[in-house]
Amino acid sequence: MTATLSPVSADAPLEAVRTKPISLARDIWRRFKRHRLALAGLVILLVIVVGVIIGPWLWTVPINEIDFGARLKPPSLKHPFGTDDLGQDLLARMLYGGRISMAVGLAAMLIAVVFGTIIGAIAGMSRGIVDTALMWLTDLFLSLPQLPLLLLIIYLFRDSLKKIVGPEVGVFVMVVIVIGGFRWMPVARLVRAQFLSLREKEFVEAARALGASRTRQVARHILPNALGPVIVAGTNDVAAAIIAESTLSFLGLGFPPDIPTWGRVLFDAKEYLDIAPYWALFPGMLIFLTVLSISYIGDGLRDALDPRRVLG
Amino acid sequence: MTLSGTYVLRRVLIALPSLLGISVVLFTVLALAPGDPFGDIVSNPNIPAEVAANLRKKFGMDDPVMIRYFRWLLAMLQGDWGFSFASRINVDTLILQRLPTTLLVVGSSQVLALLIALPVGVYAATRPYSLFDQVANTLTFVGFSLPTFFTGLMLILVFSIQLDWLPFVYRADITSTGWHFYWDHFKQTIMPVMVLALFQAASWTRYVRSAALDVVKLDYVTTARSKGLKESVVVLKHVVRNAMIPVVTLVALQVPAIFGGAIVTEQIFRVPGIGSLLISAILANDTPVIMAVTFVFSCLVIFFNLLADILYAWLDPRIALS
Repeated sequence: MTATLSPVSADAPLEAVRTKPISLARDIWRRFKRHRLALAGLVILLVIVVGVIIGPWLWTVPINEIDFGARLKPPSLKHPFGTDDLGQDLLARMLYGGRISMAVGLAAMLIAVVFGTIIGAIAGMSRGIVDTALMWLTDLFLSLPQLPLLLLIIYLFRDSLKKIVGPEVGVFVMVVIVIGGFRWMPVARLVRAQFLSLREKEFVEAARALGASRTRQVARHILPNALGPVIVAGTNDVAAAIIAESTLSFLGLGFPPDIPTWGRVLFDAKEYLDIAPYWALFPGMLIFLTVLSISYIGDGLRDALDPRRVLG
Repeated sequence: MTLSGTYVLRRVLIALPSLLGISVVLFTVLALAPGDPFGDIVSNPNIPAEVAANLRKKFGMDDPVMIRYFRWLLAMLQGDWGFSFASRINVDTLILQRLPTTLLVVGSSQVLALLIALPVGVYAATRPYSLFDQVANTLTFVGFSLPTFFTGLMLILVFSIQLDWLPFVYRADITSTGWHFYWDHFKQTIMPVMVLALFQAASWTRYVRSAALDVVKLDYVTTARSKGLKESVVVLKHVVRNAMIPVVTLVALQVPAIFGGAIVTEQIFRVPGIGSLLISAILANDTPVIMAVTFVFSCLVIFFNLLADILYAWLDPRIALS
């Protein structure tokens, strides 16, 4: 009797779960929540993102109001993050620049993921010469010295792009395309590897047997199942793109001084490190916190998107 | 164990097309660029139009792209890298002056990173989820989330400005002699090397840990233990060597990032290497130097990838046979 009873009692909670269907997104969220640091990262990132989006409406000090009477003032109630060498309010500049940094990160990630997925999918679906050629191209791009090339391209194309679409949009478009254009390779490799194994799976074979076209096989059966690692890679790409943009601006070759991205503020601050350390600390800490949060979110997503992974 | 010469030769032959591919990418970027890269000479209003046209002809700037590419490649291969507009000396002389400093800083930082990452990663993997592992894991996340330019500024703030222990400007012309010379040199190298080493050590520790964690579980490690081998022998001879195989691949993928970090570090500490040369050349519109430095960085990346391939085959002899 006990032998037949125990499975019933073990089934009881399962029955309760079954009555309320769990969607895929909910299931992922449930696993994601278990990764405490990823959750903390998500909260911190949300605070920063919401801050830079609504912040400029709440903190209405203009970003370029020059006030020589308030030069290099340390943080105070009037200027919570202090002021720079022209007396400009750093909180206002940081909030505005944060929007640009975030936008660059997201846009560059989108370019990298879309381009990488297309290349990886083509390589994964075609055999022979196309696959070999695309993978050679991927390996070639992986061994390019990225920062020197970024600098070279920006040096050569900066002026003409500025003339076409204006200085602000011009720099933004170029920085995004160039950073995104050097980050698609890991995504392409991941997608290709996923495609190679998925296209031999039984469910794809079944779809093929039912007469599904190649496009339908890819769009409906293979691609959705290959997205997990791509999402993780995309998350890490946002962090990498934010660092890349900050690096360019920090070297003085990214955004101009009237667009105070976090890297640009650091570039301006570095000459005043001895008398105004807070000036460098705030943007540096913001970049660090953003990147750290995104890294932990990526780690949490990796655990959450792979059901086979055993959580510790 | 020896490494077969044919394998090394094969890897070298595979590296050559990559180098050629990179040179095509470089030249395409230059050719696609609007305006004349050598426009300073040709479009100078003081130079009459016919002289400018003759100059264009002399430099062959009106020839088809393919011909210009091969001429450029041939010149690069022969060591004829042009003349720096800004410094008024040959580009190859300029780069040879700067290259040793870069290699010294990058090289010692990588050695330091390895000295941190290997023991920490392996120790963490032999005690997974212990306190040590968790602390190390947190520190690696912090380490690779800190951008090199911010770490550099923080080190300057603490060690140069607050404590006044270390100089924050790297000087090539140290006047002291004897032991003082080396001591001063050492002191000014500490911070640039630390910045690069900490960043690399963070990501390498992660690789080493996960690779070692995969190996520790394998049967032959259990066998080695049950034979009664000392724990140190098991770890060093059986675990580390096999865990290094995937690590080498991942490290090779990081080489471009290492040189990217070197550019930033050289710029912060004003180290007179080829990275800071690149930045100053860009600010001075010195096209021949920019092209040459980018090309040198490409060659370095290819060279270290080749080295990784050979190391890979030495660690895992099956690779050279397949």
